Amino acid sequence: MSKTPPRQRMPEQAPNLRIENFEEVALGFTEEMAHNEAQRCLQCAEPKCVDGCPVNIDIPNFIKLVKENDYLEAIRSIKEYNILPAICGRVCPQEIQCEKACILNKKWEPVAIGALERFLADWEKENQLKECPDCEPPNHIKVAIIGSGPAGLTCGADLARYGFDVTIFEAFHTGGGVLVYGIPQFRLPKEIVEDEIETLKMLGVKFEYNMIIGKTLTINDLKDMGFKAFFIGVGAGLPTMRIIPGINLNGVLTANEFLTRTNLMKAYKFPEYDTPIKIGEIIVIVGGGNTALDSARVALRLGAEKAIIVYRRSEAEMPARQEEYHHAIEEGIEFEFLSNPVRILGDDENYVEKIEVRKMKLGEPDESGRKRPIPIENSEFFIKCDTVILAIGTNANKILTNSIPELKVNEWGYIVIDENGKTNLNGIYAGGDIVFGSATVISAMGAGRKAAKAINEYLRPLI
Amino acid sequence: MPYKILKKKQLDKSGILVEIDIHAPLIAKKANPGNFVLIRINEKGERFPLTIADFDRSQGRITLVFQIVGKSTLLLSHQEQGGELLDVVGPLGNEIQIKKYENPIVIIGGGVGIAPCYPQAKAFKEAGNSIISILGARTSDLIFWQDKMAALSDKLIITTNDGSEGLKGFVTVPLKDILAEEKISLVIAIGPLIMMKNVALMTSGIEGLPKIKTLVSLNTIMVDGTGMCGGCRFASKNGEIHFACVEGPDVDGHMVDFDILLNREKRFIDLEKKSYDLYKQECKVLEEIEKNKKI
Repeated sequence: MSKTPPRQRMPEQAPNLRIENFEEVALGFTEEMAHNEAQRCLQCAEPKCVDGCPVNIDIPNFIKLVKENDYLEAIRSIKEYNILPAICGRVCPQEIQCEKACILNKKWEPVAIGALERFLADWEKENQLKECPDCEPPNHIKVAIIGSGPAGLTCGADLARYGFDVTIFEAFHTGGGVLVYGIPQFRLPKEIVEDEIETLKMLGVKFEYNMIIGKTLTINDLKDMGFKAFFIGVGAGLPTMRIIPGINLNGVLTANEFLTRTNLMKAYKFPEYDTPIKIGEIIVIVGGGNTALDSARVALRLGAEKAIIVYRRSEAEMPARQEEYHHAIEEGIEFEFLSNPVRILGDDENYVEKIEVRKMKLGEPDESGRKRPIPIENSEFFIKCDTVILAIGTNANKILTNSIPELKVNEWGYIVIDENGKTNLNGIYAGGDIVFGSATVISAMGAGRKAAKAINEYLRPLI
Repeated sequence: MPYKILKKKQLDKSGILVEIDIHAPLIAKKANPGNFVLIRINEKGERFPLTIADFDRSQGRITLVFQIVGKSTLLLSHQEQGGELLDVVGPLGNEIQIKKYENPIVIIGGGVGIAPCYPQAKAFKEAGNSIISILGARTSDLIFWQDKMAALSDKLIITTNDGSEGLKGFVTVPLKDILAEEKISLVIAIGPLIMMKNVALMTSGIEGLPKIKTLVSLNTIMVDGTGMCGGCRFASKNGEIHFACVEGPDVDGHMVDFDILLNREKRFIDLEKKSYDLYKQECKVLEEIEKNKKI
């Protein structure tokens, strides 16, 4: 096994170039690279990678097909399990899932499973070979999906393949949820999301935009319209705010607002697009997750001179994806680990001028299993900045749940479900951030898939 | 779904106040006093909130009134009757709680804020309340819907800053007299932040006047308007953070820290001006082209 060739490196836009644009950072494998990488797979008899995948893609099988240059069968094989491979190949945290489980990981580097998945999805698109996945015959039973994020899209696609008449209701004017308002263009181009939504339309899934379920229409209205089952995947709600002095100064904003303005409303093209964004030269981002990194990297691309991430724990506890952390470092993002904001100070016009930060040290692990940050006395220092972006988490969105008082939610407002994704109400299922709080795209997709299976079983007797 | 502009009407001589009716049957069906909609005019447009000024459920129609203050409102005023808006979302926000109060209700509309007073006045009137309305504006020309409001009011007072109609001065001038003279159960104020701030101050129990429950309508800068982005946040006097889109738009006026909000609402002022100026320039160029064509 000493002959195992090195893992193929995906070409990327050079850091000094890419911080000037919003184009995708990672450029994808060439055919040759994909072929070389596929050769590295040992085709384990008992593959651990499949267990590591939240939707259990038959990974050795699709890699074997890549080896045999049968890309069409390979992408078909993936789509048996995952209808959104172009998205998952880009944003799944493979390093803690399939690739972590890869046997090569023990001595060498794991097979680049995510990159191969992306290669196949992009190959299919480039060659215009996108085909409608196999579906059971239409049974004309209507199912409503509320929210078109990763959970809703997956649930909708699966139900359409079971033969159901699926409509996805979306509050925004476009589909994809967090995939379009949250994740920036350079990590997941919006065209990719649009394309995956086209696949759902091929399956007969209908999309209704500008629909706030709980306001424009209620679940009871949808029942009257003939919908027999519901999946709630409305995603995350209001951002968490830390009330410290100066929080109301101009120039303090949440990552949700910053990213929604930039990604969904295209504020990076202001004034061609009407939505403004204003950040200044030095940006401090508070938080250590993917949202914090995304915000920092967007800030650079909007013309900031410096983006500094202030995170209260250390590098090791950062919840952000490793790959994105490396990208951020390459792009010159600065990090102040073990630091926590104390207050924000403004100028005479009430615009942010600087932030005061206190150093922390790590103590015993807390409820989350990570070491608890403890403040160090008299360690405060100032960072001069023009903008402070808070990326410290979100809360439950209550618009829908408030409209169904009988629906069981926990003390924080998240929907309570059983092991099949079912809520306490018959025919109503839920998944994604409205159930688990902050999760990943793929875990939301896993939840959507599980609920689709349960909805299928629930509605079968009606067929 | 297309959102057709059924009717467009200029409300003042200078043309800064515009009333439009939009075909939006699902929104009209669920609309209640206090609700707002978010609008995106075209693909490159921003999302901005407008309070629903009237609705007709059977006709599937909502009425909006706006004042031209920047690019989006100017662009909206340029949309033709019969044309369509790209996105209209709603009804958002909470409806106001309507009930019969023991004493009269004072409803104060300032400038374009007169419009959203109308559905509230109508609902309170239908619930059997006695209503005193105060409509205020800079000048007589900017007072509108006087007849509609008069029909719902037991007493209607007009104030103008320049004295061109009614009492000269701000809406707080007659409000002070009313509070001193009679028992009032509720005050509703909708208009510029500075007006709402002054009304809330006057009803907070100062200068020997009684403290009266006061509702103000916060139409802050929003992006999604559905409790997701946090852009609409405002602070209360005790330092808590609230969100106008899901907790409002109508909130307890005595709780709001208006100074913080006045400051926050200025945060894009330079970019808003840039966008507005560019658009006006664009309109000028287009006008020139049209003129040349005719020649």
